[in-house]
Order: sequence, then structure tokens, then C-alpha cells
Amino acid sequence: MSTTDLVNSANIVEEHGERNTRRAFLASAGAAGLCYTAALAYPIYRYLASPEEMALSATAVTEVTLKDAQKLPAGSVLMYKFGTRPAMLIHHADGRWISMTAVCTHLGCTVQYEPQADRVHCACHGGVYNAYTGANVSGPPPKPLTVYKVAVGDADVTVSRA
Amino acid sequence: MTAKTITSNVYDWVDERLGLSELAAFARHKSVPVHAQSFWYYWGGISLFLFLVQCFTGVLLLVYYRPGAEAYESVRQITFVMHFGWLIRSAHSWSANLMIFSILVHMFSVFFMKAYRKPREFGWLSGMALLGVASVFGFSGYLLPMDELSYFATKVGLEIPMAIPWIGPIIANMLRGGPEVSEFTVQRFFALHVVVLPALFLPLLGFHLWLVQRHGNAVPPAEEAKPANERKSMPFMPNFLRKDLAMWLISLNILALLASVFPWSLGKQYDSLAPAPMGIHPEWYFMSPFEMLKILGSFLPGAVGEIAGILLFTLGIVLWVLIPFYDPKSEAGKRARIAHYFGLLAVFALLSTTLIGYWTIR
Repeated sequence: MSTTDLVNSANIVEEHGERNTRRAFLASAGAAGLCYTAALAYPIYRYLASPEEMALSATAVTEVTLKDAQKLPAGSVLMYKFGTRPAMLIHHADGRWISMTAVCTHLGCTVQYEPQADRVHCACHGGVYNAYTGANVSGPPPKPLTVYKVAVGDADVTVSRA
Repeated sequence: MTAKTITSNVYDWVDERLGLSELAAFARHKSVPVHAQSFWYYWGGISLFLFLVQCFTGVLLLVYYRPGAEAYESVRQITFVMHFGWLIRSAHSWSANLMIFSILVHMFSVFFMKAYRKPREFGWLSGMALLGVASVFGFSGYLLPMDELSYFATKVGLEIPMAIPWIGPIIANMLRGGPEVSEFTVQRFFALHVVVLPALFLPLLGFHLWLVQRHGNAVPPAEEAKPANERKSMPFMPNFLRKDLAMWLISLNILALLASVFPWSLGKQYDSLAPAPMGIHPEWYFMSPFEMLKILGSFLPGAVGEIAGILLFTLGIVLWVLIPFYDPKSEAGKRARIAHYFGLLAVFALLSTTLIGYWTIR
């Protein structure tokens, strides 16, 4: 065999040993690739999930103090955030203070207090709740609205989980 | 039906419609010349890899960045509040610098190997256009955090077009969105950086890469002079590809080390009333024209000096871009040598003015 033939055969013909080394190379390259992917994926996941994690610590809230809320006139409502979810504080015409979550139990729309009808109504699908007990009175909502404990102070109103 | 027959059936189905086997045949026959200068063949690929890193980290930053009035605050949040935000921002800033560095290495190696000669003139021209767009990427991106350094670097940088007679101030005001660098400027630069420049860069890059596939790697004149049977080469698949990917891995490792061990800092929020901080200077890749203008300004004061400086620099760039038309022949000759010396002069001028620039920072 001339030198060119040898060179050609070395280039083209795969030795059995070379096939094994190729498999070994691909396996190690694959493993290294997996490690690198994991090493990159972890910080990227944490980065993109940051607001989620920040919200999670916010939902751990058990008590909210609403400054100057004691000035709320009778027969009106104050919308506020309990943790990350909307909630309502109602100062009823008869003097009672009621607070409940404002997230409709049907599909999550924010409900509203209607003073003239003295009820809580959801505009999305017509759900109606009792404005004193949070009970689901009519329409699609399957569960009542969670009612919070209200403590009216001199300079603020404190709402806490019941 | 084994997994093997299923995969080969799927492959045949796609191949009949997209012609994958033609691509595979092309890749199998592609070869890369092997000689003393083969090391420089990696640098285009390294530049491409770093650009891909920029796209990736850029999109991640885009998730939390807010252009306009809240720019600084959003970057502060990315750097100090979002988990690993500091790392992603650091990788983006470091990779920007490494990318420009590798593009310059790539450009100079192409120049000295005379790879701009026929039939590769379009490769050279598209490459120079890519370098131009990459510089604007760097300039526009630098402003986005709106800290003191960003603000002053942009302010000073925009003084350069201001010096051009008649149309200069119009261009500068259009870029700035007014007479001063403000929230309008950052919004404009954001649009440039995230939409306009990628829309320019990507087709140019596609063209540039397609040309490399079409014409193959150029071989330096000394190698070309050798008879064909003395020239060595290696197959692209898998030999060169393996080495190419190894270089990408090394680049990734270096970037990861730099980004995490030397994290990019965030200065104070910009203040339009504050005086320029002591030792203000542009990033290293703009240091050269900055210093050249300073040196010329000491000989020819005022507007004359500025215009002379801009003209000199523009002339240098134009001559550089047109080199394939000055040095087209394949044999070594007088023009080939002059082009070579011009390249050495350019390297010397850029290096020395950059170093002087850093040396004279107060």
C-alpha cells in the first residue's frame, strides 16, 4: 500500500477501536452537556421565578393594619390588599364592620359591595354573596367568601385571619 | 417497529420534504485547512457563540428591565433583588466585552491572512458592517442602566456626531431625543438595542455565515503558494466541529468565571446636574478614538481639532474597509506588503492610543 492509500484508509475506514472511542466521547459529551444544562437551568429558573417567590412570602401575611380606615363613613366600602389578594372592608349602615376576601370563589374575579342593595355582587357571572356573613347566596359561586376578624382602633383598623 | 426503524422513517419523511441528506452530504465533505495559522479559524465561531450568549442573557434581562424613567430602578432590582439577576447581568456585560474583543481578533486575523481577497470581498464587507452594528450594540446597551457612568459615556459619545457640520446636531438631537440625555434617550436606545439592531445584525450574520460555507476557509498566501499535495486538511465533521465546540466550551467557562468572580457593578443613579466624575472614560473598545481626539485636540484646539480627528478616524476606517480592492492579487507583491504594514500600523495605533488613554486617566 502506498502512503496515500494508508492515509486514505485511516481517514475513511473506521477501526473497531475508533467506534468505541466515538461512543465513549458521545457519552461523556452528553453527560457534560447535561451537567452544564443543569448548572445553567437552576439560576435561570430562580431568576424567572423571583416574583413568585416574593409573592409567596407576601401571602404569609396574617394581619393587615389599615391606617385611618376608622374614618370610613357608614354605608361604604374600602378595597385593600390582604397579602397579595384583594379584600374589602365594609362599614355597614348599622355600624357593623365586616371584612372579607374580594376574590370570587367561582372563577376569581374581584367582587364589589353594592351599598344600595346591601349585598356583594360579582359582575363576571352574576354571583351574589351576603354582605355580613360572606355566604354565597345566588349565582354560580360554589363557596362563601372568607370573612376576616376586624378590630377598629383609634387611628387604624386591623384586619386579621379569623 | 424498532426505535431505529421509526427514527429512520421519520428522518426519510422529513428528508423528502426538506432535503436534509443534501445538508448532511455537504457537511461530510466540508474540510478545514490545517496549517500554522489554523488556530485563528476559531475566532469567528467564538464571536458567534458570544453573540448567542448576548441574545440569551438579553432576553432574560428583558423580563425585568423597564426603559424610560424607571430604567435605573429596574436594573437595581435585577442586580440586588431578583435571584441570580446579578449573575445574568454580569454575564451580559462581560460577554459584550468578550464579544467585541473576539470580533477584533477575528477581524485582524482575517486581515493578516489576507482572507479578504477574491472571492471573499463580500465576507470582508459584511464583516465590517457587523463590527459597526456590534459597536452600536455596545454603545446603546451601555446607556440602559442609566447610572452615572452610562450617562456620561453617552453624553460624551454623542458629542462626536455633534461636531459634524450642519447635519451633526440634527443627528445627535434625534439620537438623544432632545438637547440632553434623558429618559427619552434611554427609550430610544432601548428600541435600537432590542429591535432595530438585531433586525440589522441577524440577516447580515446569516449572509456572512453563508459566504463562509460557500467559499470555505481562506488559506494564508504562504500556504497557498505550496503545491496542493503538500497542503493538509481535516474533515469538518467530526474533527474540526469537535475542536470548535471545545473552544465554545472554553469561552463559556471563561465567561462564567469572569461573570461570577468579577460581577458587574452598578453606580449611582444618573444626575443631570452632577459634574462629570473624575477619571471618566469610555469602555476600552471606544478608548482609542476617544484618546485620538484628545491628542489631536491638544495640537488643534476647538472645533478644528474635533473635525480633524473625526476625519482622520473616518479616513482610517474607509481605507480599512476598502482593503480588498487595494490588495486583490493572490501573489505576494508590493501592494500585499503595504497592506500588511497598514495592518500593523492600525494595530499599533489602536493599541497605543488605548493604553495611553488608560494611562492618562486621572
